[in-house]
Amino acid sequence: MRAFLLGLAMAFLGLTAHVGPVLAETVAKIVATHARDIEKPSRQTIGPVIADLAGSGDPMAARLLEAWGGKLLGKRKSDGAIFLLAPDAAGYALTDLQGASAGIAANAEITVLKPNAGVRGLIAAALVQFTLSDPDPAKRAEALNSIAKDPNVEALAALRGATANETDPALLARKLRLERLLTLRFDPDPKARVAAIEGFGADAGLDLRAALTPLLATTRIAAVTRPEGANIARSLTVGTDLSAADAYALLVTSGAAPARITREDQKQALAAHIAAGQVAGVPLSELGDQATRDRAYTALEAAGQVPSAATDDEVAKAIAAHGFYDVYTEADATVTAAARSALDRIALKVAAMQAADLSLDGLSLAAIYFLAAIGLAITFGVMGVINMAHGEFITMGAYTGYVVQQIVPGYTASLLVAFPLAFAVTFAAGVGMERLVIRHLYKRPLETLLATFGISIALQQIFKNIFGTQARPLTAPDWLGGALTLNDVISISYIRLAIIVLALLFLGFFLYLMKRTRLGLEVRAVTQNPAMAASMGINPDRINMLTFGLGSGIAGIAGVSIGLYAKVTSELGSDYIVQSFMTVVVGGVGNIWGALAGAGMIGGLQKAIEWLNPSNTLAAQTYMIIFIILFIQFRPRGIIALRGRAAGD
Amino acid sequence: MTETTQNPVTAPANILHPSGYLRRNPSVLWFLLGLAVLTLAVTLLSPAYGGGGISTSFVKTLGKTLCLCLAALAMDIVWGYTGILSLGHMAFFALGGYMIGQWLMYARTQEIVLQSLVAGPLPPTAEEIAQGVGSQIFGVVGGSDIPLIWGFAHSLPLQLALVVLVPGLLALIFGWLAFRSRVTGVYLSILTQAMTLALSLYLFQNDSGLRGNNGLSGLQNLPGLADVSQDFLSVWFFWASALMLALAYLLLSAVVSGKMGSVLRAIRDDEARVRFLGYPVEGYKLFVFVVTAILCGIAGALYYPQAGIINPAELAPIASIYLAVWVAIGGRGRLYGAVIGAAFVSLLSSWFTGGRAPSIPLGVYTIDWVDWWQVLLGLSFVAVTLWAPKGIGGVFDRFQGLHSPDRKGQPLGPDAGSLQESEAVE
Amino acid sequence: MKLTRRMILAGGVASIAAPLLNRPVFAAEDTIKVGILHSLSGTMAISETTLKDTMLMLIEAQNAKGGLLGKKLEAVVVDPASDWPLFAEKARELLTVDKVAAMFGCWTSVSRKSVLPVIEELNGLLFYPVQYEGEESSKNVIYTGAAPNQQAIPATDYFLNELGIQKFALLGTDYVYPRTTNNILEAYLKSKGIPAEDIFVNYTPFGHSDWAKIVADVVALGADGKKVGVISTINGDANVGFYKELAAAGVTADKLPVVAFSVGEEELSGLDTSNLVGHLAAWNYFQSAETPENKAFIDQWHAFIKDDKRTTNDPMEAHYIGFNMWVNAVTAAGTTEVDAVLDALVGQKFPNLTGGMAELLPNHHLTKPVLIGEIRADGQFDIISQTDPVPGDAWTDYLPESAVLEADWKDLKCGMYNKDTKTCVQLKSNY
Repeated sequence: MRAFLLGLAMAFLGLTAHVGPVLAETVAKIVATHARDIEKPSRQTIGPVIADLAGSGDPMAARLLEAWGGKLLGKRKSDGAIFLLAPDAAGYALTDLQGASAGIAANAEITVLKPNAGVRGLIAAALVQFTLSDPDPAKRAEALNSIAKDPNVEALAALRGATANETDPALLARKLRLERLLTLRFDPDPKARVAAIEGFGADAGLDLRAALTPLLATTRIAAVTRPEGANIARSLTVGTDLSAADAYALLVTSGAAPARITREDQKQALAAHIAAGQVAGVPLSELGDQATRDRAYTALEAAGQVPSAATDDEVAKAIAAHGFYDVYTEADATVTAAARSALDRIALKVAAMQAADLSLDGLSLAAIYFLAAIGLAITFGVMGVINMAHGEFITMGAYTGYVVQQIVPGYTASLLVAFPLAFAVTFAAGVGMERLVIRHLYKRPLETLLATFGISIALQQIFKNIFGTQARPLTAPDWLGGALTLNDVISISYIRLAIIVLALLFLGFFLYLMKRTRLGLEVRAVTQNPAMAASMGINPDRINMLTFGLGSGIAGIAGVSIGLYAKVTSELGSDYIVQSFMTVVVGGVGNIWGALAGAGMIGGLQKAIEWLNPSNTLAAQTYMIIFIILFIQFRPRGIIALRGRAAGD
Repeated sequence: MTETTQNPVTAPANILHPSGYLRRNPSVLWFLLGLAVLTLAVTLLSPAYGGGGISTSFVKTLGKTLCLCLAALAMDIVWGYTGILSLGHMAFFALGGYMIGQWLMYARTQEIVLQSLVAGPLPPTAEEIAQGVGSQIFGVVGGSDIPLIWGFAHSLPLQLALVVLVPGLLALIFGWLAFRSRVTGVYLSILTQAMTLALSLYLFQNDSGLRGNNGLSGLQNLPGLADVSQDFLSVWFFWASALMLALAYLLLSAVVSGKMGSVLRAIRDDEARVRFLGYPVEGYKLFVFVVTAILCGIAGALYYPQAGIINPAELAPIASIYLAVWVAIGGRGRLYGAVIGAAFVSLLSSWFTGGRAPSIPLGVYTIDWVDWWQVLLGLSFVAVTLWAPKGIGGVFDRFQGLHSPDRKGQPLGPDAGSLQESEAVE
Repeated sequence: MKLTRRMILAGGVASIAAPLLNRPVFAAEDTIKVGILHSLSGTMAISETTLKDTMLMLIEAQNAKGGLLGKKLEAVVVDPASDWPLFAEKARELLTVDKVAAMFGCWTSVSRKSVLPVIEELNGLLFYPVQYEGEESSKNVIYTGAAPNQQAIPATDYFLNELGIQKFALLGTDYVYPRTTNNILEAYLKSKGIPAEDIFVNYTPFGHSDWAKIVADVVALGADGKKVGVISTINGDANVGFYKELAAAGVTADKLPVVAFSVGEEELSGLDTSNLVGHLAAWNYFQSAETPENKAFIDQWHAFIKDDKRTTNDPMEAHYIGFNMWVNAVTAAGTTEVDAVLDALVGQKFPNLTGGMAELLPNHHLTKPVLIGEIRADGQFDIISQTDPVPGDAWTDYLPESAVLEADWKDLKCGMYNKDTKTCVQLKSNY
């Protein structure tokens, strides 16, 4: 068994040539021999050492490897001895390589060995044999992770041996699935592989695709005759499937044709043959032209002074003489055919799921815009006040969240405090601003814009002075960490889901407030006709103040939620201000459904453009804004335009 | 409006009449005199032509300030006179800079490339030159091909034409679309802001072909004038900026004091009524929008060779808002107000951020102006809006004995901060 | 408000007068002036303010040691306010008005490009401390930060050799450093046999926050069974959202390692790093380096800034080395005259904080060890790989048009020398 395992580990490391007589060395001895490698390991050279350790049969091997992989192996500085470490109040508790306790050492006496992630991967792979049937389920899961990360033929055998005694049903299921994934790649029997492929049906898992795709890897070859016995994926037509230049480059790399001369080389060659102000009879002054240079080079060629370079004619002939093929690296045609049809089936499903995932992303972005804009929909949409400092209220909410997290322990508790407090703080700020500034400017909307802009730059600088320009942490509690994963394609992080829920909550809250409460009634009355409302006993001043405070307060809550998923800096809010205004304007002013429609459109559109051009997010934002500018030209009142009296104006 | 009709609109012929023109624009003489004195002083104190009492970098700062004043003049026409609060005029300014920058970069680089290629054994081919220029200009941003939009960069006259054409065309298209669909007031402000944001995001992309975030740099080195020191160039540019500002002031004061000016102010005060009187309001607005965009483009083309570098951050929405701030602080609806505001705020701003303003120790906390200048600017802006809507211009009104017309409680129109019709002179 | 008004007016008068009077000159004969050209306001303030403090600390320490050439050093601090044209203006002021002997400054490439024409015109001397995209060597600039071959290429090698990555996602902020670096990396990866379709490139704006789709795209790259790694040149606070999204999507360093070139100790202080353990960063310095020099430097820094929690970072080390080399060169030359100092500078050696010697090469770059660190839960880095000092290469070998170029200010006296044609392409730099 031991010999088998050693051989196995060796083979896995691709070092079959190295397999010699099996020597049951002790771990201590191996470590002593390879001390330098173990201290500064590289993935490319450490393989044999790990294999030796794993195959040593010493019961310490597994412990040593585990400690090493966990950065708990250390060297004592005084004598260079290697120990297993366990963190201790006084430093590290040492265990020597025989497994005996060796006392305690201070941190300063020990250099901790820190293998890199690649080496750790090898260590984990070597540990698989020890841990695949370990009594601890966590270690078994770890072993499975390691196999999944780096599938290989040896793991298949080990897995098959380790399924029978598996008790945990979840782990058993994982083992079985892994076994089938490895089967379809590594089983020597093509029939078993085809069966394994077909057994998955329309499963669209990332792991399955990852296992299938390598089967379809191709290499591109050029050959005079169609290669016999090769598993040809397709033969290529020059001009349509690959360009003539690429085809010729393929011939050059395969050594079937001479390379073409580059312009630079041609120039060098010409320069080397200047004689009496001429090159091959062409005066130097005329050589500032490519056609003349070609002529001069051909003349030199004819004189045999320079190596002959392939002419266009020769190139065309060489290409015509060859066929170009993509050839599967997998030799068995039945396997590739099965894999191809399985992947084709999966592709359709994956495309549908990607569309769904994209919609989720769009929805989440829309929710964020909606949340950022809802406060604005109240102050701008209902009251007609342009508040350029709205973004700073969002920032203020986020910083409130940050400050609360510094004081209140526990992320959940601090969030529960942060939301109402952020509302309170920004509500107060909003009311203060309305009383001091905006009240005086109700008749002068353009100047409101400029005055609130003044407040915006002042606030932003004050934030910088207080909190610095560096991003501040605002951390979501663990239950909001992670993502809701429906499958390998469709997933959405819980924090984004929470924002969507929050956005819906606020939509409901807003509707309830405006349609079902006394305050809402009064707000609507003041909006439509302040004078009439006043004569009905409503105090417009008070209503304006409250409405503005409410809009600002919601911005504060939006700030906390945006801060949870992105960064908290003094520029957080100003990143959203233009988008927020556009959300409101595009949607239609004075209508919460309009804001919702606007957010939906902007969010969805942005994601759609990103999908069209995935390598450039900036382009998506640019074209989205251009689209909005054009949209407003043709629907100046937005998607949902108010009609009749309520439209005002 | 009623009072406007009592003061009949001056016939066009009178505009050209010197005494009439100057009588209606008393600020023109003072302004030109001031500018001339400044130019003379700067020339005499400059390191190039005089005692060197001021440094070259200060000459450049002053020259750039004059360009900003020119942009502010344009902004004042759009906002103070016509009532369109455009938050995108710095986009035109920057476009002007980009257009001249293309030529400056291309021509300078071509000179260098030719120099190095001529040293080679063979005369260079056109392709080699283009490739050399391309890799010199775009090597920085990881490319070597010259994009299509550099097609005219080899020719100064063409790029100069583009300085006028590009901002003008953009303004024409944008303005035509916006005014046609009657987008007004704050909506238009937000829309213009979106325009400059979109343009800045576009230019931030490397694919735009204008070197993305890096922008165009080394613009202070004029091609063909490599041996002329910056001491001289800075003064030359100052002269050019001063000349352009003077010309623009003359032109615009002629425009606003004539019939056209009256119509513009009427549009500002009550657009619907002007439309009902039969004036093509959209045409007027479009004309003003385009002309001011062109002026901004010219100002930018003079500004950036002095600044030395232009990049997309220059047309971020905040830049255009500052432009509005300058005009508001200077006093809108009066040309000299815009100039004063731009010069005052931008010079003050550079003084405060330059780290030269003395800190104010408050015992527990020291007010460091580098940190607090923005706060002061923001708050003083609120204060001006609330309590001194006429800005610094209000001070001049007091000297001249001008005061706002008393309309017996009737509103003065939507923009009370602007200098009203000439009836204010009483 | 009256007070403010008066202050504005007073300020206005002073603003006109101040440049006329220039700066008050304190005993100009007795000091050597050192210009510090770092943004103290605006978006870059957070990174650059630290460097200004570092410089003040170094100058203070040098003065305590008796100054330089028997004179005290005097720091002249200006604020270019993250405004690129202002960098050129302030540099001109420093050189012509204050007549500084050397300048230490700039962070972003565009700010350096803005300053370049001015210092080349006026023959100034600038020490530039930040890792950058290379493709430049100016007579008047000493690049104390890493060139691509001292950071990007070794990190990519680490991905290829140690982690066995087969598919690369190059994510960057859309500006010159990521663009050029990714360009070089693409060429390098292709030369290592990685096909073009296995290199995914994405650019995002500054401060980008919506990372869900990009992270999903990167995860989806693994669908063909190849190992995927991310090389991130994402700059500044956009990293916060990016790493948060990575953590939320459950992308661990095991499954999909990310190596970052612009994320250091300072950036991590804005994040909860417990979910990011194992992701990588490549620098030439980490605070966690265990050498006596580093310990002394950190102690000096904490004492100067009066805050034990402040981190040290790579550009700080660059200034530390640059400043000390300048001091030694001035001492050797016996003058602060730029050309003499430049001659003395080339070949200067000074110990790195991470061990080994830094040497200033004739191309005005340093030799630097490359360190790769894994993020720890406490926001510091575990150094898992440290190379021998690598000489900085001004012109990369992996792009055809710059492979033929070299810079040598000692013998060739040229920053852009074509090795094939044996000619100096140009004396001044591209900007």
